[in-house]
Amino acid sequence: MMKEYKKPELLVTAKNLTEVDQLLSAGADALELGGNGYGLRSSGEFSLEMIKEALDLAHSRQAKIYVAVNAILHNEALTGLAEYLSKLAEYRVDAVIYGDPAVLVTAQQSAPDLPLHLSSETVSTNVQTLNYWAEKGVKRGYLSRELSLEEVFFIKQRANIEVQLLIHGATCIFHSKRELISNYREFLWENSKLDVQYPEQAKLYLLESQRPTEKYPIFEDRHGSHIMSSQDICMIDHLKEFVDAGIDSLKIDGLLHTTEYLIQVTQMYRRALDQAVNTSLTDGFIEEIRKIQPENRPLGTGFYFKEQIY
Amino acid sequence: MTTSKRPELLAPAGNLEKLEFAVRYGADAVYIGGQQFGLRAKAGNFSFAEMEKGVAFAHKHGALVYVATNIIPHDADLEGLEEYLTTLESVGVDAIIAADPSIIHTAKSIAPRLEIHLSTQSSTTNWQTAKFWRDEGVKRVVLAREVSLKEIKEIKQHTAVEIETFIHGAMCNSYSGRCVLSNHLTSRDANRGGCAQSCRWQYDLFAEDGELDWSRIADSENVRVNPDIPYTMGSKDLCMIEALPELIEAGVDSFKIEGRMKSIHYVATVVNAYRQAIDAYLADPKGYRFDPRWLEEISRASHRPLTLGFYYNPTTYNDQIYQEGPKVRKFDFAGLILDYDQITKIATIEQRNHFMIGQEVEFFGPKTRFVQRIDRIEDESGTEIDAARHPQQIVKVRVDHPVNPFDMMRKEN
Repeated sequence: MMKEYKKPELLVTAKNLTEVDQLLSAGADALELGGNGYGLRSSGEFSLEMIKEALDLAHSRQAKIYVAVNAILHNEALTGLAEYLSKLAEYRVDAVIYGDPAVLVTAQQSAPDLPLHLSSETVSTNVQTLNYWAEKGVKRGYLSRELSLEEVFFIKQRANIEVQLLIHGATCIFHSKRELISNYREFLWENSKLDVQYPEQAKLYLLESQRPTEKYPIFEDRHGSHIMSSQDICMIDHLKEFVDAGIDSLKIDGLLHTTEYLIQVTQMYRRALDQAVNTSLTDGFIEEIRKIQPENRPLGTGFYFKEQIY
Repeated sequence: MTTSKRPELLAPAGNLEKLEFAVRYGADAVYIGGQQFGLRAKAGNFSFAEMEKGVAFAHKHGALVYVATNIIPHDADLEGLEEYLTTLESVGVDAIIAADPSIIHTAKSIAPRLEIHLSTQSSTTNWQTAKFWRDEGVKRVVLAREVSLKEIKEIKQHTAVEIETFIHGAMCNSYSGRCVLSNHLTSRDANRGGCAQSCRWQYDLFAEDGELDWSRIADSENVRVNPDIPYTMGSKDLCMIEALPELIEAGVDSFKIEGRMKSIHYVATVVNAYRQAIDAYLADPKGYRFDPRWLEEISRASHRPLTLGFYYNPTTYNDQIYQEGPKVRKFDFAGLILDYDQITKIATIEQRNHFMIGQEVEFFGPKTRFVQRIDRIEDESGTEIDAARHPQQIVKVRVDHPVNPFDMMRKEN
């Protein structure tokens, strides 16, 4: 008998309260927010007060708010962590997203009722690992983006934990504590007295010398340097497969995009997902996305259909 | 003598021969890879038979052997894990180095006598996480390279888990385990052994402010941040030999040298230098003075510029390699000393690189260090020859000072 799964949640990242409001209206079932130094590559910066407001907005519309506490934490960051998690628990945040085991331990001690979702970048890759964390009370695992479709379905069938996948947006392919852009600028200045000028808001890209058509966004923040994928994953044509496999949460990451784009994409995924659940998915959604897709963000499918060697 | 704790000097051993040299040259422990579950898919990698020999050799010399089982496995990769771990347990290796909970959990369940060390691939950066893993039964944590000396002291204060840190060798640019550049650029999975060191390749950094025409990228000087100096991210090699007293006093339990892919010459030279420095400090901490010859030794084997990594300050451009560095003198391993006759003062040498009459060479080993010019070479039958031309050719060379079996001879490139 086909296992009866509930409809996957549509999860979107939000960068401010305006996006929270608009994304909820666009059909998001849950929103991910970050801030206070604990979120890793969060698209915005939410203070505790803003998180509280977001929760009011979301809960009044039967939607959820997850707060990202998924940075790699050095000793300094542990100060204040317990208080932060207790506050989030007090506000009744629907889950905290973590990567570093220190958050799990601190939550167990200071906020034991706070649901936890695992998001450990590239290192959530098999059933046993997920079940290891499930045994410690973790509710959901956000799988590594280097897994194939077959591999993620295999995991879903056997994991004792909810499973979340990225279905739209950029992925991080490199995370360093070093400030690699600043280092390069300083080197140019020291080496050739070249003061590199580019507008503050300029988006920076890396092109590798043998691969001139692939543009990899790179940026620096308090957690170091991040290099993103050259393509946006777009799995809108495969939603039926995710629904049939019972995937619990499907995430759209808006990090590199405008609010306008994110709202439109969310609306399209909302329609497509409802279709996939109720009837069958019609073709053509991906063409709608292509119409609004920025030229320098080609669409792709990540590693869902790609073989890797080692 | 000092009351400072004696740290373990931990060396990489890509194959059995390298393991033996690492131990002879002073390593207290070595880490190796087997044929499954380890990163560095291209390193020598030990069969179980070789592991048994390696463990026997190391234990005879009072050294320990750790096996890296540090991949981040996909489900298909886990096949055979239980058998592999139980075999390691029966071979008698002293610990496994694992990163993924799947491997740690399986080891605890089915090979409980195997000590578990947590790999740097897990990027442990704070005391709470180190403590967590100790509570999970992990005996030792290999910290992320991004942890400072100050942070190490804080970690030691909060938890009794053993702490191992890298003190020498190549560094990842990223947080270990958090880089899939090679996956994206070459489809080779960095977290399962396929790392292509893509961070060391050449890139161009472009700025786009929303108004520029991307089709002009290839020719546009305006867009490229700097046309003459490519952007690159390669890190200099870590070298903490001048900071050993501080590392010892901070209580670091194990000093790890990177380099399973490195040569015998590299391993022996680097281990030898650190061994001498550590022993000198422990023998007389107050009177300890750093000997610049230790750094000179290291530069005989290691050609990349050096850095102190994250130990003291946040890294800057001085810790990255942007261009060809200043020319360094390069040395090659030229011969392995097999025997020495103290009456005739003749060393029996196995050729590892061409050398000839008139050439200046250096002899070095745990108790040896001198320079001389070769003035006489004989082949095995006693015939004088002008050069040792063939790999592994056995020759006899007159030496100015005594040498010991397993000493090495090097020449300038």
